Amino acid sequence: MSEQTHEHGHGHVVPYGKYVFIWLALIAFTGITVTAAGIGLGNWTIVLALAIASAKSWFVLNYFMHLRYEDAVFKTFIAVAFITFAIFITFTFWDYSFTR
Amino acid sequence: MSSSAHTAVHHVHRDDYGSRMGMWLFLFTELILFGGLFIVYAVYRFVHQQEFHLAAQELNTVVGLLNTVILLTSSMTAAMAVTAIQKGNVRFAKGLLWVTVLFAGAFMLNKYFEWSAKIHHGIYPGSPDLLAKPEGEILYFGLYYVMTGLHALHVIIGVVFFLFILRQIGQGKVTPTSYVRLENSALYWHLVDLIWIFLFPLFYLIH
Amino acid sequence: MANVAMPADRAEPNYLEVTTNSHKGILGWLLSVDHKRIGLLYLYTMLAFFAVAVGFGFMIRLELLTPGKTVIDAQTYNQFFTLHGIIMIFLFIIPGLPAVFGNFFLPIMLGAKDVIFPRLNLLSWYLFIIGGLIAVSAWLMPGGSADTGWMFYVPYSLRTTTNVVPALLAAFVLGFSSILTGINFITTIHRMRAPGMTFFRMPLFVWSLYATAWVQVLATPIIGITLALVMIERALGVGIFDPSLGGDPVLYQHLFWIYSHPAVYIMILPAMGLVSEVIPVFARRTIFGYKFIAFSSLAIALFGSLVWAHHMFTAGMSDTAMFVFSFLTFFVSIPSAIKVFNWVSTLYKGSIQADPPLLYVLSFIFQFSIGGFTGLMLGALSTNIHLQDTSFVVAHFHYVMFGGTGFGIFAAMHYWFPKMFGRMYNLKVATAAWAVVTVGYNLLYFPLFISGYLGMPRRYYDYLPEFQPYHMVSTVGSWILIFGLIVMFWNLWRGMRSGPKAPMNPWGGVTLEWTTQTPPIVENFREVPTVTTGPYDYSRYESAAKEGK
Repeated sequence: MSEQTHEHGHGHVVPYGKYVFIWLALIAFTGITVTAAGIGLGNWTIVLALAIASAKSWFVLNYFMHLRYEDAVFKTFIAVAFITFAIFITFTFWDYSFTR
Repeated sequence: MSSSAHTAVHHVHRDDYGSRMGMWLFLFTELILFGGLFIVYAVYRFVHQQEFHLAAQELNTVVGLLNTVILLTSSMTAAMAVTAIQKGNVRFAKGLLWVTVLFAGAFMLNKYFEWSAKIHHGIYPGSPDLLAKPEGEILYFGLYYVMTGLHALHVIIGVVFFLFILRQIGQGKVTPTSYVRLENSALYWHLVDLIWIFLFPLFYLIH
Repeated sequence: MANVAMPADRAEPNYLEVTTNSHKGILGWLLSVDHKRIGLLYLYTMLAFFAVAVGFGFMIRLELLTPGKTVIDAQTYNQFFTLHGIIMIFLFIIPGLPAVFGNFFLPIMLGAKDVIFPRLNLLSWYLFIIGGLIAVSAWLMPGGSADTGWMFYVPYSLRTTTNVVPALLAAFVLGFSSILTGINFITTIHRMRAPGMTFFRMPLFVWSLYATAWVQVLATPIIGITLALVMIERALGVGIFDPSLGGDPVLYQHLFWIYSHPAVYIMILPAMGLVSEVIPVFARRTIFGYKFIAFSSLAIALFGSLVWAHHMFTAGMSDTAMFVFSFLTFFVSIPSAIKVFNWVSTLYKGSIQADPPLLYVLSFIFQFSIGGFTGLMLGALSTNIHLQDTSFVVAHFHYVMFGGTGFGIFAAMHYWFPKMFGRMYNLKVATAAWAVVTVGYNLLYFPLFISGYLGMPRRYYDYLPEFQPYHMVSTVGSWILIFGLIVMFWNLWRGMRSGPKAPMNPWGGVTLEWTTQTPPIVENFREVPTVTTGPYDYSRYESAAKEGK
């Protein structure tokens, strides 16, 4: 069990510069999503908005929240949480996407 | 969150890794809590597409954008505070936490003006103006108040966490060798940011 | 086996004598972070709430003895079945095994000193108490307690003038308590296992608590936010579920059951784990299909979150949803059936010792099977339309929840009693009480299957005279059941006060809790145990049996 190994702190130090870089990326994504919302893509607006929000989340999770530097067990946990939510929302739409 | 000793009977058992694991599990519950609201949002938006578009016109994109930038920046300063304490730079860590708290205050101030303007225009739960609108718009504003309100509540909780950590740094309970509480508070703050990342396009950018 | 490990005499004071703080007496309990003391706090408070809810159940049954008014009026009846449901679900069945016996035995079974977050553990008990008191106190407020049923279906829960908000708040707080316990257990299982205690050497009760804890963490927040939305809607008039404001009541039902269907697995999984503990001990055999039982717990947790809308077949969903949810429902029965097959296979050719814990477990298997099969009848679309909202559903639900989990809790009390209190109850009285409880229980609930099939609606205050024979048998059954419960608890109480001293390992169990002192010392073990084998190593007994000894 790799999770047994670290007793005290993981001690991975992320340099300040990296955070600034991630922050710039997040701001850039925000700019893109606001611009894209303005040009009227119809039904694709929401798809694009959610895709960009997911990309931003990926950066926040991996870098700000240090998920990258955690053990596999943490990544498995978060996968379980996201899959569970995905089940909840898609299965609700078994009802709403079809004629009632 | 980690266990601590009260007496001779209970030994000090310190497990930062376990504390972080517990914190992540707690964050999942927060995620699913908002997840329930996102399900409600998704269903009602699917059923009332036109009315959601119309209602969203009432929201000020610039205010939403400003708050997005504020939160993203505060998330960066919170993350940096962890780096600072890891490097042993306690003063800088404290400074970064204060900056984060200030950003949170700015966010709340912005929110206050935004809600006040809405209420001034007669759009609040149960108001005659709102009840005169089509059903989809009533639902949109109901969700707008509930979701941004619950998010604002989480901003306040995050601030309380940071103030608590600042106190603990002052007391020498959070130090460069024992900083898991700071890490966990930062994780909480990033979650608040994460939820806003989705709230922003779903409420402000559906023109 | 285990009694070789340590002498029976006491070298260290046990957890009942010493606490983890400097307080004496009651504060030594109320402020203790010892998982064993917290487990007992849960036990006593849970049983108090159970007694209250049994009282409400007794009144419901008494009222239904004759058509028309028997003892209470219709409004009181509605409030009683609501309170009965809320208390039994949130304060007895859900915390029954994890919070009481999980708290007490999970760390010991892992070879740990405590759970990983002991203070959080105490906090969740306080939340439990606060939630419970809010739920019960609503009864005393002007307007009376909620009359919505424990499901709080909108729009009625938005319109009724009774005190719905306290009931919702209580469920919300209790949900938070349940979540904190779940977080504590998952982290404890990952971080606190003794050397050599790999995942596949963990007792099956621990596996079932692990699966349960995940459902607690991932499903409970949905009910939290849903109930919060109803509170907000009632208090502030925000349009969310109210159809007059455009809301969709069926969406409320979706959200309610997204939690509440997995919640029935929160209720049953730990009981299944308990059954898997008891059977090998009383059959003197290694459990049959260890990994299948372990993984079927996870499979139940997974499948259980895919089927919630089978509670809503008559609510007006799309046909596609009805088909999908009905189809998937049948898959949940597979892992449950795997467990039943494995339990029965373990008993087969075992040296069975029919002590009270095993007797309760056998009742569990019998009643859970009836509950499971009638569940399939309800999961099938065509029969569901006929049976929905009849007393057939009530019978099915009580067969799995009370006949299953309830009896699991009774089995756990009888199984772990000597370890928890260091004393023994009277086995003959316990066996007699088991017989009375089982007979009374089946007499109470089985007639409801028949009357429900014939069309008796659930939750009705009045009924047609042709249903009276079923109601009479059922009500008489409730009296026998309550009598049996009184004998059972009186016997346990007497054993706790003045029973003979229990040996370290009265049943011949081989999991770690039977290797510690009786009652356990504050940090459970004198030295951290090292684990070298799987949890149910009865090879010695089995080889002896083969040689014909």
